[in-house]
Amino acid sequence: MTVAVSILPEQQLAALNAAYRQAVARRRWRLLLGAVIFAAALALAAVGAEVNLRTLFTYFGNFVSYFDRILTLDSGQRVWTDVGEWLWGWRKWLKMLGETLLISYVGTLIGATLAFILNFFAADNTSPAPWLRFVVRRLLEFARTVPGIVFALVFVIAFGLGPMAGVLAIAIHSTGALGKLFSEIVENADMKPVEGIRSTGASWLSCMRFAVVPQVTAGYASYALLRFEINVREASVMGFVGAGGIGQELVVAIRKFYYSDVSAILLTIIVTVFIIDITTGWLRGRLFGMEART
Amino acid sequence: MTPQDVDTREIRARYPDVFDRPASARLAMPAMIVAAFAILIYGLVDLDFSPSRFFAGLSQLGWISLMMIPPDPGSSLPVYLKALGETLSIALLGTTVAALFALPVSLLAARNIVPSNILRFPVRRFLDSIRGVDTLIWALVWINVVGLGPFAGVLAIAVSDFGAFGKLFSEAIESADQKQVEGIRASGGSALHEIRFGLLPQVLPVIAGQVLYFIESNTRSATIIGIVGAGGIGLQLAEQIRVLEWQKVSFLILMILVAVAAIDFISGKLRFAIIGRRAVA
Repeated sequence: MTVAVSILPEQQLAALNAAYRQAVARRRWRLLLGAVIFAAALALAAVGAEVNLRTLFTYFGNFVSYFDRILTLDSGQRVWTDVGEWLWGWRKWLKMLGETLLISYVGTLIGATLAFILNFFAADNTSPAPWLRFVVRRLLEFARTVPGIVFALVFVIAFGLGPMAGVLAIAIHSTGALGKLFSEIVENADMKPVEGIRSTGASWLSCMRFAVVPQVTAGYASYALLRFEINVREASVMGFVGAGGIGQELVVAIRKFYYSDVSAILLTIIVTVFIIDITTGWLRGRLFGMEART
Repeated sequence: MTPQDVDTREIRARYPDVFDRPASARLAMPAMIVAAFAILIYGLVDLDFSPSRFFAGLSQLGWISLMMIPPDPGSSLPVYLKALGETLSIALLGTTVAALFALPVSLLAARNIVPSNILRFPVRRFLDSIRGVDTLIWALVWINVVGLGPFAGVLAIAVSDFGAFGKLFSEAIESADQKQVEGIRASGGSALHEIRFGLLPQVLPVIAGQVLYFIESNTRSATIIGIVGAGGIGLQLAEQIRVLEWQKVSFLILMILVAVAAIDFISGKLRFAIIGRRAVA
């Protein structure tokens, strides 16, 4: 096979080469400018955050030795040499973990239910009135932007110490996060069934019930499970502000320097999060598997 | 054929799986709902949800909301602005440090770079364990190491994001096109050349998008790590809530909302500029 490569005359080539170099140079300049701006922002941030590399290097040994300490029992031995001693409080911790899971379960379910009710008002294609959509959307935005633990702080004062504040905080935060995701699913739903049902003279409620809900439930369930996973993690720290769960035990152990307890509680949290992640992943797979089969 | 002519019995006979589903299939959904509801009731009882307590708290909450109006920083506006700057600094620095450290590690966790399952497994579990621990817990650990203040916050965000980035980056690397890597290999490039010229140009825009997204979401995380003493606006917020200065609390919450919205806007613009609209849609 012969290929003809046309070689341009020198002058034409020079012009093209120059244009090419110029284009490349312009790109490089832009990249350099971006890098400089970024570096300047970083330097400014380093001052703002009181970053002190000397502190870090002086105390970095502390970080390593902290893990050394939390992995050492009072007797001076490594924690895994005496598991019974290490996990001495497992009954109490499992109970607190159970409470943590229950907090996230109840919080997620309440949040998902509220989000389910609200999302039809927030979605572009199903909202009965523009002003209602605006109000609901701002409401969801607020619920999602204010961090869950801030709600928990306020609720601890209103409802008293205990898991109730944690549940409500998680519920509100989940409502905001799920409401947005749910309404996005609804916006992607096929509107033809809705038109079909509306043509029979059905009310708005029946349109939602018989035309939209059947299309979107699998997506809802998937997102709700994902949220549950996130909420387990969030519930594990709710105890920091007195809103129930294993976090309370953890913060006490950290503050009072019960070193081996810290690692034991962290271990139980990590294992629980793993188990939840794997279980919900499997459940999600089954949900979508069901979708694929039908 | 008019609708009256349709014999429902005939339709029933023709679509048995629609009209006569087995009892197990029909009962599965209600059974699941009942079970979910039962656990909910058990949870409400176990977690001390009494209606009287709930409504008492609700009226308390109503009072609190009334006392929040109007939002008013009092004389501490400069302090709050400084705290907000601290929060933004924590988010920016923490995310950048996390991304820098996560990039090399994510290569080790990617299937197409490290084909051996045995080598990859510990790296992945390591990243998972870091991710399984909440940012607030990392903040507490770092406070023990470098003391109270925003520096502990930077380190906390850096560590917990390191776990998240490691996973996300390695997924981006795994989904990259192998042909370009093979091209480099065919021309005699070393393994490092393959990564530098075959892989990185493909994954960098994706990674940049993710980093920007995390700066955005870390602004939220950075607002709360102050609650445990790791600097930023959360410290002010927690203090004002504890001393029941509700007008200041509502002002701080408003500040956080505005800051998060601003960061959302800016990083959204940057993300589009880097990866282009097409890639997002």
